[in-house]
Amino acid sequence: MDRRDSIKSIMLGSIGFGVLFEGCSTGVSSEEVKKAISKFQYGRTKKELAYDKKLFSVKCFNDKELKTIKQLCNLILPPNEFGSIEDAEVPELIEFMAKDIPSYEAPIKEGLSLLNEVSNKKHQKSFFECEENQQKTFLNEMAYPDPELSSSEQKKEVKWFSLMRNLTMTGYYTSKVGIEELGYVGNTPNVWDGVPQDVLDQYGLSYDKDWIDKCIDQSKRNDTAVWDEEGNLIT
Amino acid sequence: MQIKENSKEYDVIIVGSGAGGGMATKVLSEAGLSVAIVEAGPFYDPANPDQMTQMKWPYDSPRRGAGTTRAFGDFDQAYGGWEIEGEPYSQVDDSEFRWFRSRMLGGRTNHWGRISLRFGPDDFRKKSIDGLGEDWPISYDDIKPYYDKVDKLIGVFGSKENLPNDPDGFFLPPPKPRLHELFYIKGARKSNVKVMPSRLSILTKRINNDRGVCFYCRQCARSCMTYADFSSGSCLIFPAQKSGGQIDMYVNAMVRTVLTNEEGKATGVSYIDKEDKKEYKLKGKVVVLAASACSSARILLNSKSKQHPNGLGNSSDVVGKYLHDSTGGGRMAFIPDLIDRKIYNEDGVGGMHVYSPWWLDNKKLNFPRGYHIEVWGGMGAPSYGTGFNVNDFNKFFGLPVGGYGDLLRKDMRKYYGSLVGMDGRGESIAMKSNYCEIDPNQVDEFGVPTLRFKYKWSEHEVNQAKHMQDTFEEIIHNMGAIPLGNKADKSSNFGLTKPGEIIHEVGTTRMGKDPKNSVVNEFEQLHDVSNVFVVDAGPFVSQADKNPTWTIMALAWRSSDYIIEQFKKQNF
Repeated sequence: MDRRDSIKSIMLGSIGFGVLFEGCSTGVSSEEVKKAISKFQYGRTKKELAYDKKLFSVKCFNDKELKTIKQLCNLILPPNEFGSIEDAEVPELIEFMAKDIPSYEAPIKEGLSLLNEVSNKKHQKSFFECEENQQKTFLNEMAYPDPELSSSEQKKEVKWFSLMRNLTMTGYYTSKVGIEELGYVGNTPNVWDGVPQDVLDQYGLSYDKDWIDKCIDQSKRNDTAVWDEEGNLIT
Repeated sequence: MQIKENSKEYDVIIVGSGAGGGMATKVLSEAGLSVAIVEAGPFYDPANPDQMTQMKWPYDSPRRGAGTTRAFGDFDQAYGGWEIEGEPYSQVDDSEFRWFRSRMLGGRTNHWGRISLRFGPDDFRKKSIDGLGEDWPISYDDIKPYYDKVDKLIGVFGSKENLPNDPDGFFLPPPKPRLHELFYIKGARKSNVKVMPSRLSILTKRINNDRGVCFYCRQCARSCMTYADFSSGSCLIFPAQKSGGQIDMYVNAMVRTVLTNEEGKATGVSYIDKEDKKEYKLKGKVVVLAASACSSARILLNSKSKQHPNGLGNSSDVVGKYLHDSTGGGRMAFIPDLIDRKIYNEDGVGGMHVYSPWWLDNKKLNFPRGYHIEVWGGMGAPSYGTGFNVNDFNKFFGLPVGGYGDLLRKDMRKYYGSLVGMDGRGESIAMKSNYCEIDPNQVDEFGVPTLRFKYKWSEHEVNQAKHMQDTFEEIIHNMGAIPLGNKADKSSNFGLTKPGEIIHEVGTTRMGKDPKNSVVNEFEQLHDVSNVFVVDAGPFVSQADKNPTWTIMALAWRSSDYIIEQFKKQNF
């Protein structure tokens, strides 16, 4: 993806590294932090690594909140033959993102607590302790945005559920199992030689001869380029 | 403060290691000159496993590629961003200039889009054509031999098209278009918009044995471990070291000022070592600034002395003025034909395989300069944000939006790869009233006075942005797609990006014949000080509707040849 294209799917600005975690608790052992951080190996700078360690050293959600998140995510994307929310480590991602993007934390917590509040009122138990059909009744109230309204005009609980659905979906489909389920087959060395013929046929498209004549002959990709004086490639 | 001085005197000190600094390093060191590179960020090599992000999966990061730590996602290879902690900048009045800095060896060349376009003959004489801005003191013929050399040295794919203002070069063959690009070609042609293979500095074919050939992972923004795309480290600095150049590299070194003597000549630079926060001095016979347009202007303005009371090279009071960035506008669309498409690997190169150069005559339009169109879309690798609002497109079919359960997986699969987008990148008019200057009230964490910006788009750019939006809509219609979101209107300047956002900022030390209204001459040499040069995009008189990198390098090579000649004549 072009670097400016990627901004569209990410939709976030950069933030400072000096975040305070209100409402998050400390007390994660250094052993646990080490274990969590070692799972992620890519070219981070020292400063970025230190920031990630800091995020792993605090906990954003308590056990009850985490149980609610897990149950909710499982209803949003139930397990199938490819894997589950747990395999995709979606709850872990939500925990991490709520610290990484601090504006997520308060609304997520507020929604979780409201959900349990209404659940307690109606069924005298927490959301995650309810029967699945009872849980789905709550979801039905929140899961369908009004198509006439913009996203910012939706009801509060609808906005909250959309956030949870987005985090669940992105968590699943950026995981190993989710990518396999989607069928994305890139991120691997290959030689691009155009759209497969059956796909061109399906859409009634073809490559112009003029255009294709200019394109790389992949059988010569390893022959060192040599040009004549007019800039015509002769190898 | 104690200042530590290095006793060695270099022939040339080069400040910054991006496109301009890298090219100067290569050409000057290969001529036998001793060179010091002073870079504000750390050493970086795309082939270093400890720094590498290429070929990683989203789940290799705890934030799955989100843009919290790096503005374009945490696999993008730019250390820095719009804001850098400890290195603030400010604005005059309601100005909203956005300044992207990358602090690392190679600078922004490690992540850029590799769009490598030559300026055309008309781009050097725009004032003669439309009466606005200023003509360059050089013509296309002066720079053409250097464009040719850059093409052959670095490698760029493209095609011969014989267009008058988009000159052909020494091209490698382009890759075949992707499926959504075939849809774009169809739509663009119906709208009478010229469309042709893109021109990117990515090796579709071998050019030497030191660099690999593209293996089509679409991740040039992560910098290529096999050096199959252009970055200043892999293509200029490392090869210069390999060929035996006398090159010393000072990294994590923030240059504060250019030092001068009683005669007003430069004697070297002073820099702050970011590790120990101490100040050091380096001696050099020639100083070449390549810190990026605004950073080089900042160094010059901060280099005040008795001989240069208004800052170095600033007797004209033009340093920092005429700052200009490309215009930008975009639109996304959904292609219903691509619902439930067959999935195969269409990563391709790290960018578009097709694009549209400027195709119209401004004499018949209500704005003076052109723009090109970049295309994106298709079946990209999932990253943070994938799956957000998964079934919003259901509204086009009267189906419910939202929900939960297995229907979401069906919708995910259904709409995957059905998006296409267009981005216009256009030429703005350089104006004296758009500038950066030293903020008298602020210093960075190293105690160096920082920049503040004043920048306002004019009617020319706004009218151009409106034309972009109309064009995108027409092409989208003609390719059988549905435009997304509302069309940008007057209330949002027709979607015109904020100045700086396209990261093509140029013009702050502009080139000219007359020392009264320009900072450098045609060899990018300060009018005021003969042994100081600026080889980044600062000397650009106008920026064309072309991305600046190829011209930065062609000019840096030409200026380096001039520096070598002057050394031979013992003028330094």
